Amino acid sequence: MAESPQMASLSDVVGRHNSLDGGKPFIETRNLEFFYGETRALKSINLSFPESRVTALIGPSGCGKSTLLRVINRMYSLYPGQRATGEVLMGGENLIDAKVDPTELRARIGMVFQKPTPFPMSIQENITFGVRLHESLSRQAMDERVEWSLRKAALWDEVKDRLKSSALGLSGGQQQRLCIARTIAVKPQVLLFDEPTSALDPISTAKVEELIAELRADFTIVIVTHSMQQAARCSDQTAFMYLGEVIEVGPTAQIFTNPREQRTREYVTGRFG
Amino acid sequence: MSRLAARRKLTNLVAAALSSLAALIALAVLGSILWTLFERGFPALRWSVLTTSMAPTGENGGLANAIVGSLIQVGIGMVIATPIGVLGGTYLSEYARGSRLGQVTRFVSDILLSAPSILIGLFVYTLLVATTKTYSGIAGAVALAVIAIPIIIRTTEDMLSLVPTALREAAAALGAPKWKVTTLIAWRAAGAGMLTGLLLSLARLAGETAPLLFTSLGNLNWSTSLGKPMASLPIAIYQFAASPYEDLVQLAWAGALIVTVGVLAINIIAQLTIGRRR
Repeated sequence: MAESPQMASLSDVVGRHNSLDGGKPFIETRNLEFFYGETRALKSINLSFPESRVTALIGPSGCGKSTLLRVINRMYSLYPGQRATGEVLMGGENLIDAKVDPTELRARIGMVFQKPTPFPMSIQENITFGVRLHESLSRQAMDERVEWSLRKAALWDEVKDRLKSSALGLSGGQQQRLCIARTIAVKPQVLLFDEPTSALDPISTAKVEELIAELRADFTIVIVTHSMQQAARCSDQTAFMYLGEVIEVGPTAQIFTNPREQRTREYVTGRFG
Repeated sequence: MSRLAARRKLTNLVAAALSSLAALIALAVLGSILWTLFERGFPALRWSVLTTSMAPTGENGGLANAIVGSLIQVGIGMVIATPIGVLGGTYLSEYARGSRLGQVTRFVSDILLSAPSILIGLFVYTLLVATTKTYSGIAGAVALAVIAIPIIIRTTEDMLSLVPTALREAAAALGAPKWKVTTLIAWRAAGAGMLTGLLLSLARLAGETAPLLFTSLGNLNWSTSLGKPMASLPIAIYQFAASPYEDLVQLAWAGALIVTVGVLAINIIAQLTIGRRR
């Protein structure tokens, strides 16, 4: 079967900085199911997220990819009527077990949302807010942490002279990088990105994608995206989800150039979704 | 121009004219009240009005005791109502979404919001005046607090419900427990609006008369004792305006002007705080 032109263009972007070896699993889900009230939104999810790799979750709207993300850091437990069964294993511990404290868990698993959500306070306070929840640092150590996280998020040079001014005055792209900075300032091991660039312009999107590629060295990353290009550009492993199930998972290059499943092929070539 | 376009243009013109007229009528009423207040109250406003207490007709009395009495009662009323109202509104917005107790609380609070203020005066009368056998400043303050609580609950809940859920989730995702999300993020984001609600209920209390009639009663003499009847500006206006003596009627106008300017100032401050924070 001849490759469609779209597939050819995707195969151009994959593989540039995608690791091809699998990496060792950092988080694993086993028979994970999720319910909004009576509705089953995730059906027996068995996925492995390798350490220091980027896993992309793709699939049409409502397929459960954002839900899966929100199960990993227990965001769902904020809302009554939402529950998960099965296992999300990290270091031998089942994260969705009620015995695991969700606030402590979220210090280990950070999350960046679709829309930039700067807190209505200064740039510096946006960073220190999260750090103070988990650590008490000296003033100097805190200043160093602020600089470290802003440098990691490629924002330091743009804001170093106005750390005390309101974060609401930043551009959308800067706000999103600030949200990334304050998430990594807590020093989590895992970063979850829920369509982090869907509210950004192309230049800001490129910056955030570049950032994700760099952050991979220090964090295990899961990214939900609607953009096939984005998944191809910055992930090592891709899982295609449909109607609450994982249809296919594999190295990104393989998913985009030579998927095994017919539905994956149709989705990545834009024939449905 | 087609007939349809012409008709739409005409309809638009009529709608614009009618709504402008309605706005003008409302403004005219307000302007007329303000104008009369300044015209009659300003000449009566001498320095001694602010510095001397009430006195019988002909003795050049002032309103100092009523002004101080109002400040004390409104102040204590706000001190009582603010924590209850803010925490109640926070409960409704952050903790009781969709719960039965929340719905009942919201319903009762809304009834209280529209209850005639004279009834609230009578309620506090039976609670604090009939039991202690004396009218008192503290009873007046409590009556004002009962008026303010549902206003503060409502504005607090409304302002908190405007805070995007995404902001709360972002704070929770950093590992913040619920109470920190509420106090450090939601309150902060809704702060300007909540402060405005407090200022507006303060302004409302400054002009309340009915709840004070059966509680603090009014006092012609200087008294800052919370256990005794206490003067207040609205009651002074009510009493003096009905008096047959021209100098006391003049004093009532001056009092009305003081209350109005005070309330106006609070409203302007409220608007400015919103504008600055937005």
